Amino acid sequence: MTTEIRQKLVVFTCFLVTAVTLVPVVMMVLVAFQSDAESMAAKPAFWPSNWHPENLTRAFDLVPLGKYLLNTIYFAAGTTLLETVTAALAAYAFARLNFPGRRWLFGVYLATLMIPSQVTLIPQFVLVAKLHGIDTWPGMILPHAFTAIGVFLLRQFFLGIPRDYEEAARLDGANRWQAFVRVIVPLAVPAIATLAVFKFIGQWNNLLWPLVISNSDATRTASVGLQVFQDTNGTQWNLLLMAATVTTIPLIVLFFLTQRWFVRGITMSGLGGR
Amino acid sequence: MWRRREALTAWLFILPSLIGFLIFTAGPVVAAGAISLLNWNLFSAPTWAGLHNFARLGPDPTFWAALGNTAYFTLVSVPLTILVSLVLALLLNQGLQRIAVFRSLLLLPYATITVAVAFVWIWLYIPHDGLVNAVLGWFGIDGPSWLISDTWAMPALILMSVWKSFGFGMVVFLAGLQAIPQQLYEAGRVDGTSPWNSFRHITLPMLSPALFFVIVTSVIGSFQVFDQALIMTNGGPGTRTTTLVMYIYRTGFENYDQGYAAAQSLVLFAFIVLITTTQFLFQRRLVHYDN
Repeated sequence: MTTEIRQKLVVFTCFLVTAVTLVPVVMMVLVAFQSDAESMAAKPAFWPSNWHPENLTRAFDLVPLGKYLLNTIYFAAGTTLLETVTAALAAYAFARLNFPGRRWLFGVYLATLMIPSQVTLIPQFVLVAKLHGIDTWPGMILPHAFTAIGVFLLRQFFLGIPRDYEEAARLDGANRWQAFVRVIVPLAVPAIATLAVFKFIGQWNNLLWPLVISNSDATRTASVGLQVFQDTNGTQWNLLLMAATVTTIPLIVLFFLTQRWFVRGITMSGLGGR
Repeated sequence: MWRRREALTAWLFILPSLIGFLIFTAGPVVAAGAISLLNWNLFSAPTWAGLHNFARLGPDPTFWAALGNTAYFTLVSVPLTILVSLVLALLLNQGLQRIAVFRSLLLLPYATITVAVAFVWIWLYIPHDGLVNAVLGWFGIDGPSWLISDTWAMPALILMSVWKSFGFGMVVFLAGLQAIPQQLYEAGRVDGTSPWNSFRHITLPMLSPALFFVIVTSVIGSFQVFDQALIMTNGGPGTRTTTLVMYIYRTGFENYDQGYAAAQSLVLFAFIVLITTTQFLFQRRLVHYDN
């Protein structure tokens, strides 16, 4: 009996906490559908007295939001693809192959893990500017496509794959490349997917780099674009929050589709008690 | 012979990553050191400044304000985030049937885009009649003008940041809690251990690697807080919420003082290294690893 009451109390508390936590997200969507007058009134309303779905098209008319979203996808997908491929290749060499200077080079990679991206911000900007890369896709993507963290994470995972699997393939006459592609990569799909999801979410969220490098609609991402929105229109809350909702939805969908990997990736990284 | 072939293969595997790493990470780190020694506005030729840019930090009140604000933000938001994450993870771990549903919903803030939800929070914080003050009003509290108040702008920023980021820690802790063998608790129960003692002597030590990981990453993250501060307060009122990264951004890209901005970024780096190393030293004493 007491455990039953306890269970109910736990469920109730979870319910309450979740409800309070979700208020800002719900508000974002509700205000997005309010009329101009209602959303800008001195006393904000909770529930829209009239629903204005046309706010969606109005938001897209006011700023090139579709273009911004497409740009965000290019930026996030471009950095993610380059990072996962190059990190997987390097991680394989660090985990499995012997070569002079291996420990030393890996040490250099590790040492840069602690360097905040703000330290490299200015030199990266100067470099991109010198190469006429401002407002171009290579300029946006390349500086954020190679990080030590990807190499580090995947190496940890590759070390855990039994050598026998690979040896078997090698005995069948596979070379290193074939062993990597046919044996290691298929086994490491969850780890690679985890890295890809983290990277994609991080870059979708990235504000500082696009703010510095992109200065026209050609490469402007949604996170930067939302600010332009506020500048050009004062604060038209309904349209601004509609744009915010539209920008957030793809990330939430992606997050929920890949949550299994994300959670497994955290468990796999050895942070569990054990 | 085959050893040399293996070395060659290895370098081929590493090359794509290494080239990018050298050009876009290692090179820029070295360059940051060089740029910090220059007077440079990006447009005209740089001139030698020696250590002048570092000397400028001392008498610069905005730098000290930014450093103080960043420390304030870190010291309050990190413990608060850890506490909220841990309490929620413990709650969800109470043998709940629908844990996945609650976990997913509670992860929602973490899955939203920071800039977008920063705008929602401005709206929630509207003085007088915004939702936050309306709720405080139910309890007879006359809420402050959050984002434009000298005293309350930073707490408002912290509250939003805790809301945005607790989900990550919660998932890590949940993974940690679920990996603790139940036998440990059963053994404790046979001995008549109180819930508080089993939390202190079983849960906490077993969870310490996860705690350590979340603390280190949260501290590093909060030293780099930028997005929400730029959107919600733009560093104001005055310099009350100007963070280090915001000041670096302003110095480099609004005042075009690249040398000084580089010097500031190296100081930020030094602080992160100092704090992280201290945490690793403490870790030896406090974190319990199984082996």
